[in-house]
Amino acid sequence: MTGYFLRRALVLLSTLLAASLVVFVVLQVLPGDPAALMLGTGARPDTLAALRHHLGLDAPAWLRYLRWIFGILRGDFGISYTYNVPVAELVRQRSALSVPLALLAIVLSTAIAIPVGVFAAARRGSVRDAALMGAAQVGVAIPNFWLGILLILLFAIHLPWLPASGFPGWGEGLWPGLRALILPALALALPQAAILARVTRAAVIETLGEDFVRTARAKGLTRGAALWRHAVPNALIPVVTLIGLQFSFLLAGTVIVENVFTLPGLGRLVFQAIAQRDLIVVQDLVVLLAGSVILVNFTVDLAAAAIDPRQRRPGA
Amino acid sequence: MRGAWRSRNLLAGGAITALMVLIALVSLVWTPYGPTQIDIVHRLATPSAAHPLGTDLFGRDELSMLMAGAQSSLSVALIAVIVGAGIGVPIGAFAAARGGVPDDLVMRACDLAFAFPALLTAVMITALAGPGAINAMLAIGIFNIPVFARITRGAARGVWGREFILAARAAGRHDTAITVLHVLPNIAAVLLVQATIQFALAIVADAGLSYVGLGTQPPQPSWGRMLNDAQTFIWRAPLLAVFPGLAITFAVLGLNLLGDGLQDLLDPRVRRAR
Amino acid sequence: MLAVENLSVSLPMEGGRVPVLADVSFALARGESVGLVGESGSGKSMTALAIMGLLPPGAATSGRVLFDGRDLLAAAEPELCAIRGRRIGMVFQEPMTALNPLMSIGAQVTEPLRLHLRLGRAEAEARARRLLARVGLAQIDPHRHPHQLSGGQRQRVVIAIALACGPELLIADEPTTALDVTMQAQVLDLLGELAAEQGLALLLITHDLGVVSATAARVMVMYAGRVVEAGGTGAVFAAMAHPYTRALFAASPHEAGGRPAPIPGQVPDPQHRPPGCAFAPRCPRAQRDCVATVPVLSPLPFKGRGLGEGSACGASAASPAPSPPPSPASGRGSHVAACFHPHPAP
Repeated sequence: MTGYFLRRALVLLSTLLAASLVVFVVLQVLPGDPAALMLGTGARPDTLAALRHHLGLDAPAWLRYLRWIFGILRGDFGISYTYNVPVAELVRQRSALSVPLALLAIVLSTAIAIPVGVFAAARRGSVRDAALMGAAQVGVAIPNFWLGILLILLFAIHLPWLPASGFPGWGEGLWPGLRALILPALALALPQAAILARVTRAAVIETLGEDFVRTARAKGLTRGAALWRHAVPNALIPVVTLIGLQFSFLLAGTVIVENVFTLPGLGRLVFQAIAQRDLIVVQDLVVLLAGSVILVNFTVDLAAAAIDPRQRRPGA
Repeated sequence: MRGAWRSRNLLAGGAITALMVLIALVSLVWTPYGPTQIDIVHRLATPSAAHPLGTDLFGRDELSMLMAGAQSSLSVALIAVIVGAGIGVPIGAFAAARGGVPDDLVMRACDLAFAFPALLTAVMITALAGPGAINAMLAIGIFNIPVFARITRGAARGVWGREFILAARAAGRHDTAITVLHVLPNIAAVLLVQATIQFALAIVADAGLSYVGLGTQPPQPSWGRMLNDAQTFIWRAPLLAVFPGLAITFAVLGLNLLGDGLQDLLDPRVRRAR
Repeated sequence: MLAVENLSVSLPMEGGRVPVLADVSFALARGESVGLVGESGSGKSMTALAIMGLLPPGAATSGRVLFDGRDLLAAAEPELCAIRGRRIGMVFQEPMTALNPLMSIGAQVTEPLRLHLRLGRAEAEARARRLLARVGLAQIDPHRHPHQLSGGQRQRVVIAIALACGPELLIADEPTTALDVTMQAQVLDLLGELAAEQGLALLLITHDLGVVSATAARVMVMYAGRVVEAGGTGAVFAAMAHPYTRALFAASPHEAGGRPAPIPGQVPDPQHRPPGCAFAPRCPRAQRDCVATVPVLSPLPFKGRGLGEGSACGASAASPAPSPPPSPASGRGSHVAACFHPHPAP
């Protein structure tokens, strides 16, 4: 198990490093000089050069890459050109919104999808199965940002229950903050839940056909006990993997959905940083997001190995 | 009964997709009003005989804009898929034909690409390279490349193990010739299903990009932009925030159904498992 | 103890209901071993699943399956759950897939003990260890998972599960097919020993006549959903009357001396069963009348009917109305076959 863990951790680190290189190179290739943007169009060439030097932009690309990477390794993400604060500080502020939002969305989506998928699989072919899967088929097709607008229409305008936009922060207690996150989390979670429910249903149907489920029934377990104790845990292995893969979609979705609800999270920060050519912030954020995707998938693989003894085999 | 299910997916999906394509084509020659024709007097009108879906904040006819939006949305998505498949399929086919180190490299590169949330990176690329339909096509297309490379490689490897390939190799055929003559025709069905799915995803991505102002630029109408505009006036004209979303959902639903139907048709294993 | 009476099963398939079992009758007394033989697709496993009440969804049944006088086909699900695993155990063909890959083997053996006998955790674990030791797995740690065991070991675990609650009837569906030859004999011996030791009735399902001859007191041969020959193992092996039985025997690798001779053709799938005797298309002795009506089980030997090759046809034409299906009581032990032109007794 430790050997497996170490090998996976090594792959994880090299992927992260490669991801950082890709981000850096892409940002070098794309047009946009942060110094020119900061000073405006009328800047004098010598002021520009001085600023470029001050920001370290005049150093060769490889040196700037190394400075950046070793800075990150020391926990120094650099200083935002526009906000003039450490990027780490910015990320910390914005994460207070984005991380709970993503977590809430994942929890909601899983809590909806797994029971629905298992229920539909257990009653496959029935009217209720067909209705649930029809709804899921439509749910998959709904873009999350439009669902966000619909939710605003319904629960903020038509029924004035929840705020349509903004985030009061956690300073005033848990509930005001949570209230502001319910609709965005739902907008993110429901389309994901639709996909997850379809996959759960298919996985459970497949495991229900397995011999060991028949063995369980031959032991005298009821249909429900065989389903929940034997079929569902086996079906969850691909489902857990999918939840990990969905995390990437979820992050991308957050970028847009935070715009729908004008929430000051990481997604909005990405936009502002891009608009102002605050390249160091963009660079850091993309690497952090890619890193969190890699890390989540790594965790999911470990979770799958924890569920499935076959994956713990040495050399697997 | 199972047969009916299968063909129902295929029929419904095919019909919706055909309808969307038809609307997009018709919008090139005819829309009830000019989709960019401003009529401030009748701005934010509710649906009526003159404007079946009402008008937007500049008095433009909502229906005409939706039709023109179908055209821009479908063409961005189509080109994005062509870019993705056009580059991804050869890469995947090459990896499968070569195996060994080139194969490993291609697969690691795909893994790496999947670590970047696609839409987020598309946002970054369009924002830095300049907003617009062309850059949106490229940004979405780039993230279709690893998808097509991976699926092509997986399917092609399956075909490479088959006997008729061995026969062709024994006959002295070059790898490239075998790929073109034997491998690609055998995986075309799988690629078609994937292309349908990616088409649907590209429509959502395009709508997302234009919603945040990075995709198709005004005055050319786009569904995402229309949603963004509608949100500003959501209190006065809530319906404007509904129609473009319905159009996106409908188009995506049609393509997903089509993909499911094709998948069932082509994969006997899944068909039996249903 | 177990009496199957005129059991018929049909399954919904594309293009309507298809009969997979037709008019199967047999009985099994306490402590008796009966072999159920036939190629795959002959309906053996379906018979077992019908007894267990685990037929695929949508299956329609007629006839009765009496277990201690209770008709299992009419029994409600909770009653069946109380019988399965408690009074009837089952061993499956594929030990590689019959165990839950996520649960330790110990937990899988304990499960029926806790469910039916309401044993506490410690008690159930102690009993599971004894059971595993009894099936020859004393040296295996119960915390191991199925993938860490060989096929033979897994099949022993499946047997331990089936026997956990001390059932009265054990149904073994091709218990040795997936195992290599040396394992086969060991597992069969184990089943035989356990049956004798616990006074179990054993319904042994196999395609291999050799397995039956070694283990079962009586044998039933099935083809295309029907019983085509039945009787004491000795009697049937001494005078195989049905051409299918002979063909099956010739195809068996256990036949000493000669090389196994595979039966030409395949078992017809249930949707396309030929009229009359289902074996007729593959039968070397088939005559015109074989495709006209379905032969019923009749007692053997057909005394005084002139069983010469040429006369078989006339004999069947002259034979009295088909006898009613043998009642389980009268059927026990007597040698019967369903064929118009049976092989004559040697």
